[in-house]
Amino acid sequence: MTETPGLPPDDIVVAALRAGDEAMFAALLDSWARGMLWLARSHVSTNDSAEEVVQDTWLAVIRGIDGFEGRSSVKTWVYRILVNTARKRGMRENRTVPWSSAFAGGEKPFPDGSRLQGADDPLPGFWKDIPALWPTPEGEVLAAEVREQITTALAGLPPRQRAVITLRDVEGCTSEEVCEILDVSAANQRVLLHRARVVVRGRLEEYFETVRRSA
Amino acid sequence: MKRFSCGELVDLVTAYLENDLDDPTLRRLQEHLAGCEGCRRYLAQFRATVGALGALPPEPLAAPARERLLAAFRRRRRP
Ligand SMILES: [Zn+2]
Repeated sequence: MTETPGLPPDDIVVAALRAGDEAMFAALLDSWARGMLWLARSHVSTNDSAEEVVQDTWLAVIRGIDGFEGRSSVKTWVYRILVNTARKRGMRENRTVPWSSAFAGGEKPFPDGSRLQGADDPLPGFWKDIPALWPTPEGEVLAAEVREQITTALAGLPPRQRAVITLRDVEGCTSEEVCEILDVSAANQRVLLHRARVVVRGRLEEYFETVRRSA
Repeated sequence: MKRFSCGELVDLVTAYLENDLDDPTLRRLQEHLAGCEGCRRYLAQFRATVGALGALPPEPLAAPARERLLAAFRRRRRP
């Protein structure tokens, strides 16, 4: 298990929480706020609802910390409480996400396929035009716009893809942690992550293409 | 052995970055990369995408919610 950068090892975290160390509690709140909110948002219908899920999760953590047995990392434990809370709420809102059927149809947007030569071309499966070199996002404006593109792309992803890419690439969880938090197999985790990355890369490609043409 | 296409590589990029490929597939992928500028660029774009995702700025909890939770945490000590 990886530790969140800036947070001490789990045994210290747990001891501090049990001793009522408010600074430690605040550090956890702040470190995981974004990941928890985004993950909650992939199960429920509104931002307000997601915020309530996050709050209910932390209240459950406060109640449960004395009984925490350390069978998983603190992070995985907190995120699993979040996922369970969010799922229950999502069900009440009639917004169920079929987490187990990762290979169900309708979730395979492979924009990259169109960049490859088709069956009637000289080299099927090879690039039509080779991918462009991307600029290094040095300027503040470019970086801000790249961030904007990424958050828009993430918001448009199917919930399970969004959950996996958020945990893995945005929050820096390991694949083992993601499998445990979301209760998906390693193979499903990889497929969901790959599809999500393909979409985000595609969005950035379009964006850089627009920038290049207007330059 | 059949030549690895760019499409096959594109499908395997995440598995490659996760070190999840078996040795023969890994070798074929590396051979393809060595000879294909397009796929090298694609891989660079893919890595840049993952890097940009990891560099998104943190998003704090809304201040009132944060205050409520800190208060709840303090109350825990004095039931
Ligand atoms: Zn290639």
